[in-house]
Amino acid sequence: MKSEFLTLKPSGARIQVVEAGKGRDLLFLHGAGGHLHDDPLIAALATRYRVVAPLLPGYGQSTGEDGLRDMLDVTLHALDVLERLKLHKPIVVGHSMGGMIAAEMAAIAHTEIAKLCLLAPAGLWNDDQPVVDIFSKLPFELPGLLFHDAEKGQRLLTAGRGDMEDPEFLKQFLVMNARRLGMAGKLLFPIPDRGLADRLHRITAKTLIVWGADDALIPAAYGAAFKKAISKSKLVKIAKAGHAVGQERPEAVLKAIRAFF
Amino acid sequence: MKFTWFHLMPWPHMPDDFRQKHRSVWVDLPSKMYQPELGHIAYHQYLDQLEYAERVGFDGIGVNEHHANAYGLMPSPNIMAATLTRRTSKAALVVLGNSIALYNPPVRVAEEFAMLDVLSGGRLVAGFPVGTSMDTNYAYGTVPALTREKYAEAHDLIRKAWAADEPFAFNGRYTKLRYVNCWPKPVQNPPPIFIPGGGSVETYDFCIDNTYSYSYLSYSGYLRAKLLMDGYWKRVEERKVDPSPYRAGFAQVICVADTDAEAERLYGPHVNYFYNRCLHVYPGFADAPGYRTVKTIQTGALSQFTQAAARDYPNMTWKDLVDGRYIVAGSPETVRQQMEELIKTLRVGNVFCLLHIGNMPDDKVRHSTKLFAEKVMPHLRNLWPDYQNHDDRFWIHPMHEPVPTRVAAE
Repeated sequence: MKSEFLTLKPSGARIQVVEAGKGRDLLFLHGAGGHLHDDPLIAALATRYRVVAPLLPGYGQSTGEDGLRDMLDVTLHALDVLERLKLHKPIVVGHSMGGMIAAEMAAIAHTEIAKLCLLAPAGLWNDDQPVVDIFSKLPFELPGLLFHDAEKGQRLLTAGRGDMEDPEFLKQFLVMNARRLGMAGKLLFPIPDRGLADRLHRITAKTLIVWGADDALIPAAYGAAFKKAISKSKLVKIAKAGHAVGQERPEAVLKAIRAFF
Repeated sequence: MKFTWFHLMPWPHMPDDFRQKHRSVWVDLPSKMYQPELGHIAYHQYLDQLEYAERVGFDGIGVNEHHANAYGLMPSPNIMAATLTRRTSKAALVVLGNSIALYNPPVRVAEEFAMLDVLSGGRLVAGFPVGTSMDTNYAYGTVPALTREKYAEAHDLIRKAWAADEPFAFNGRYTKLRYVNCWPKPVQNPPPIFIPGGGSVETYDFCIDNTYSYSYLSYSGYLRAKLLMDGYWKRVEERKVDPSPYRAGFAQVICVADTDAEAERLYGPHVNYFYNRCLHVYPGFADAPGYRTVKTIQTGALSQFTQAAARDYPNMTWKDLVDGRYIVAGSPETVRQQMEELIKTLRVGNVFCLLHIGNMPDDKVRHSTKLFAEKVMPHLRNLWPDYQNHDDRFWIHPMHEPVPTRVAAE
């Protein structure tokens, strides 16, 4: 995996773009947690596709988050980045918050996005099955919330991370966390609903919806709601996978994408 | 020196096993614990205590705003302050304050503060806090990373609404109003403004730029506050403004008894209640990601509730709290010495005295308050002789001839 940078005008936002693999173009939009260290999903997708994965401002080395305040800002930003990347008929894949952004892009610019893959996307709300409040969770709670196999999740989440006992590293970690989840909060806090339900009908892309059967953050029932609202869509549930379905079961997700597109 | 008798108005009936049974005193504590009939008694007792504080000579009486919690039962401090306008006549009404980012539109704050200032004949001190993360983000749903911008815009709107003599249009990002027209207008225009802060340089500059008093509200005592307040005074020096001590205030838990031993006997259980039940905030609610700026995190400053979560209060004894100066407690002479040290080391002209603590019964509150007023306060009055106990910019300007209020029985 290598990183390229592009600068957007007129904001001056500098966007880090991770690239890996060869093949048909695939745009990957990460969730609220950003990329994992040597992200297993990006690695798996890169065995078959040319994966292009821009980081949202506030994540990694991407800047410009102060200029993005709401869903429309972020959707237009993502469309600007897509345009700058000059991809050829890409499959647009988004996980969780990235799935919410990808769905918005496909709803607003439906003539530009023909292939869409939503991995446990955020964006809908059902009172009977509330999405868990990720913002009030403490770090030790995350592996169990995001993965079917919490121990494996713990290893994936902490891989490549520095020493939390080192005060200087801890400060950097807190800054990183505040930037990332501060940005995510503009779309997801306090309730991850910015009106997407009213716009899903505009999506004309052929759409694959993938859900971890054991998703403890956004219950798998939301998959059915997305499927119902998007006309050319299919729902695939993946066993023994939590919310981080792509990172927990990268091969299964790759297989589903290859089979569908 | 200006002494404000400050009430948090906690719920005084949390059970002994509260800490074990509930993860947080804030945000998700079941409201079935609240009993309205007992609440009626508590509210009136608390208001009586604030009125008593004026009678024994405090310069100000203070209330504040919190939501969805048992730590402080004033979702609307303005309602409390309104009752106080009728039953007091001299003390400053320190509303510390209204979380201005939460009002929609924020003109509501301009209006209600103006009402309070008019009702009280110019006795309002207006506080503009950002609000705790529990209140602002979790209970009231403000997006953490947008809270500061929303706050700044609300502040500008309120100040403009007070200053303008004609209706005007306000085209903000968060508030759009074709006609801003503040009726009534405050007697003091503007009232003195106090800003509760927690160590961010942006807030230091905001206070300096606007001639607002910076109030550090911490429950960790003055020894741990020194570093932060030194940062503030360093900034004051860098900005080349005068270092009036009235540019700053500090909140302190205070217990006064006839002797040091008596203080522990009388107040120990209530101090324990406060630190172990009232401050029992779930760490996940103390600081939503994005609520504090990156710059502030880099300074290493923590909110008072994050600090509280990081401390081992359940295992701290009375002696630990007293020796560590978390609380100032003891005989009048002990309290006088420590308060003098606090005032001088932090260089503060305002002290927010927390003399009702946790579940303290009324007789003890009055006992401690009376001893402080009679045997401590007079000795602390003149610690800033260059200022003659007053800085006009940071205190109230009451009307010269307010009308006397008449009770219904007359």
